[in-house]
Amino acid sequence: MNDLSLIMPEILLTGFVCLLLMVDVYRKPSSGGVTFWTAVVSVGIVLVSIVTYWPAEKSTGFSETLVIDPMSILLKLVLLISLLFNFFYAREYFKRSGKGQSEFYILAIFSALGMMVLISAQSLLTLYLGLELLSLSLYAMVAMERDSALASEAAMKYFILGALSSGMLLYGISMLYGVSGTLNLAELAEYSVRGDQSLLLVFGLVFVLVGISFKLGIAPFHMWVPDVYQGASTPVTLFISSAPKIAAFAMAIRVLVDGLPGLSIQWSAMLTILAVTSIAIGNIVAIAQTNIKRMLAYSTISHMGFLILGVIAATAQGYAASMFYVIIYAITSMSAFGIIILLVSKSKAPELINDFAGLAKTRPWISFISMVVIFSLAGVPPFAGFWAKWFVLKELIASGSVVVAAVAVIFSLIGAYYYLRVVKIMYFDEPAPDSHAGNQPSLGTYVFTLNGALILFLGLFPGVLMHYCLVAMQAY
Amino acid sequence: MLALSDFLTVGAILFCLSVAGIIINRKNVIILLMCIELMLLAVNTNFIAFSRFADDVSGQVFVFFILTVAAAEAAIGLAILVVLFRNKNSINVEDLDVMKG
Repeated sequence: MNDLSLIMPEILLTGFVCLLLMVDVYRKPSSGGVTFWTAVVSVGIVLVSIVTYWPAEKSTGFSETLVIDPMSILLKLVLLISLLFNFFYAREYFKRSGKGQSEFYILAIFSALGMMVLISAQSLLTLYLGLELLSLSLYAMVAMERDSALASEAAMKYFILGALSSGMLLYGISMLYGVSGTLNLAELAEYSVRGDQSLLLVFGLVFVLVGISFKLGIAPFHMWVPDVYQGASTPVTLFISSAPKIAAFAMAIRVLVDGLPGLSIQWSAMLTILAVTSIAIGNIVAIAQTNIKRMLAYSTISHMGFLILGVIAATAQGYAASMFYVIIYAITSMSAFGIIILLVSKSKAPELINDFAGLAKTRPWISFISMVVIFSLAGVPPFAGFWAKWFVLKELIASGSVVVAAVAVIFSLIGAYYYLRVVKIMYFDEPAPDSHAGNQPSLGTYVFTLNGALILFLGLFPGVLMHYCLVAMQAY
Repeated sequence: MLALSDFLTVGAILFCLSVAGIIINRKNVIILLMCIELMLLAVNTNFIAFSRFADDVSGQVFVFFILTVAAAEAAIGLAILVVLFRNKNSINVEDLDVMKG
């Protein structure tokens, strides 16, 4: 394929985001929906243009700095679908709260562009550029609610820690470059398999792992997650909890599996420690939370630990299981924040878990879907989250790490407590007077229902998605 | 003639200084931003030294990209700082403590 046709979706998206900037400048102040619908149509067109690549042979372009393979296409598809869901949720939030911010769509698309570059990276340089485009847009998104002291504090913390982790990642990259003399991931892989100078490579690997763990939000590099989730406005939190996780997973696969296969013993040992700490800290600290967004933040930390368990197995099936996990997680966590968005109104925003008391009596349909979502997060069969955990644990045990798998299961059981508590509060507690009243079904409710149906569908037929994940990972 | 290890030592010292600055500093957010810039420059020193001694130009190209990204990063950082100051009337690191646990 010709170089330009390889990155056609990215070129299209760049063009559309420039168009979107102009549309947003020239629209009438009353026509708030124009930016939204332009954004939805743009992402839809790019989505279709990516579908036409499937199933692709692996091909590289731009002096081997970019790669298009089945994994990159599948991840980009999921990324853009989650972006579409995100837009609908954000629109619902802006309508309900009366705080319209059309910059959201523009920054989200810029961020998605960075993620697409990151997913396709075949050189450490493209990887870094994609990562920075993704992170810089996210910092701006967190700070977008400019009158909120919480949001600006969260943005500052995110920025400082994010820049620190980028610095660490770069230092690691400079070491890898210095030792191997190349920035290309395929050449780096050959060098790492040959095994000379492996001590210096491991030195670089440690710094690179810090960068990856920070982006995924794995303990002990998780400090930013709860603060950012709590401080940012809910649609931004929804975005941060879904799409960037997919990109961070791709980054881990690109650097560790594509770039450093010769050090797989070293990195799986390091990742085992990070994953177990993360599952433990996430599940235990979440129990103590009263703020729902903070609770979901700690739940993210534990889920990211679980996700990494599949990479530890270091087999193609293990990577496919991890990929399945990250896709399911992105879908489920979007709907988890969707619950909060659907209860927002001009006068109040639910922040505490107790704000959900008696939801089943006032909004039975929403609380039913919420139950599906929360059961899926907890890993109760037959919902999608159960299969995600099942596949990862199966590969982990097949690779011989029975103890790690047992520890992960025990902490998941502990974690089930705080998920089920939310369901209990929704179904068995008495509602506060005049809470959740007067809400009509809206576009957001239908999107939320669709999202819940997707979780149920993937729970009943996990093989459909798993098949594509295995195809995407068969090259490894 | 300076050896590669001399340059790497300078890079490592600068890097440690900047990390220490970020962790120890409890006073002023602007100092944090300065530490972040210093950190990127330490990495640049590494890249240039490696590139020169391996006789490979891609490391120097990387430095140009890092410099550009660092400029964008500083712009975003300062913009967030302005928003923060308007909301809190302070840029003291110790005042960034509303959210905990």
